[in-house]
Amino acid sequence: MQLTVTDDHTRSGWLDQFDPRLRLLTALLFALTTVSLQQTPLLLLVLAASLLSALFTGLTGSLLLKRLLAMEGFMILLLIMLPFSVPGDSLFTLGSFSASTQGLERVLQIVLKANAIVIMLMTLIGTLEPVVLGHALGQLRLPEKLIHLFLFTVRYIGVLFDEYQRLRMAMRARAFVAGSNRHTWRSFGWLIGMLLVRSLERSQRILAAMKCRGFNGRLYLITTEHWQRRDSVILSILSLFFLLLLLSDHLL
Amino acid sequence: MISGALVSTALLVVATRRLDFERIPQAAVLAAAFFIASLLSVPVGPSSVHLILNGLMGIILGWSAVPAILVALVMQAVFFGYGGLLVLGVNTLNIALPALICGLLFAPALRQANGKNTLYLGALCGGLGVILTGLMVSLSLGLSGPDFLPAAKIMLATYTPLVLAEAAVTGFTLAFIIKVAPELIRVQE
Repeated sequence: MQLTVTDDHTRSGWLDQFDPRLRLLTALLFALTTVSLQQTPLLLLVLAASLLSALFTGLTGSLLLKRLLAMEGFMILLLIMLPFSVPGDSLFTLGSFSASTQGLERVLQIVLKANAIVIMLMTLIGTLEPVVLGHALGQLRLPEKLIHLFLFTVRYIGVLFDEYQRLRMAMRARAFVAGSNRHTWRSFGWLIGMLLVRSLERSQRILAAMKCRGFNGRLYLITTEHWQRRDSVILSILSLFFLLLLLSDHLL
Repeated sequence: MISGALVSTALLVVATRRLDFERIPQAAVLAAAFFIASLLSVPVGPSSVHLILNGLMGIILGWSAVPAILVALVMQAVFFGYGGLLVLGVNTLNIALPALICGLLFAPALRQANGKNTLYLGALCGGLGVILTGLMVSLSLGLSGPDFLPAAKIMLATYTPLVLAEAAVTGFTLAFIIKVAPELIRVQE
């Protein structure tokens, strides 16, 4: 199962020369800055920036688009309703409801913000190996237990996905077709139940195996990544840039 | 949004205190299983839905459901682009709090239930989990601005098929677990 956005031939190494922590912090600062911007032209600029960085990283357009569409599908309801619920000058009327220009502008801003943030997030963090991400989060002093949980979960998602596919294959071999009926719900219920039962057994074996190897509740996060002066320089330049954006947003 | 993040953090602190290192592998593997299960697309009428399974998570994982849900949401946000970085706190709260409530309400009864009762109790639990989540999502939308209120109400209506599927599947899953591996719902004791 593929978690990262890149596959082997699109992976361009230029982002990998920086410390993963820098990428995390940049993504966070970028998101925080973007949500606080109020001016539409600046939002366009921000979206352009994240598109450019996605292009530089060599993200494949189709994969990016597919994931963006998934998010858009979720927001669409919200966005259709907004022009009608924000009070303001009437733009057009639909029956007894009237859409306001102010509402439409809000919609535009939300779309710009959401897309800019998600694209940047996928560029900077989606291209990290999950394990590297876990280590970077650990180095940022997040609670150790959470990091452990994250690393273990990432490790076993792949394994359990194989298990899931075996079970689905067995169902298909018995001509199972999902439909909207009791049989499907029962089969899926049993499928999930079986998945959980096997996971529990697996986790007991894992714990036993880890105890045999002297697991004392700590995973040692060994990484070759080091925060370099270059990373600090870039972080300060970027912070300055974000501040500038916020300032111009305020002044304009 | 900020208050959601704060409450989530508080819940997380409690949950991580209760999660000792012995149980991390178990919680993680079960979290991974739930992550996989949520990829399943269940047909309901003309459409199909992806399950949240937070009622079931509350029963099986107990307090560990909170960090497990956070981890799953982080992975979704980062690798699939669903949800977002900044609403992570609210999302975790909206899914994890119903999970905790379901766990508290139904786990004791389920341990003693048998036969058909399990199915109905489980269905009730699965349905309730999603209904609470839907209510909380609408509430957080409404709180973030009165202009979102009409959309929030409609969004609540779109939860109906999800509630049905979730109730049915959770019911059957729990009935299966009680028969095959009753120790699974006692792991948190």
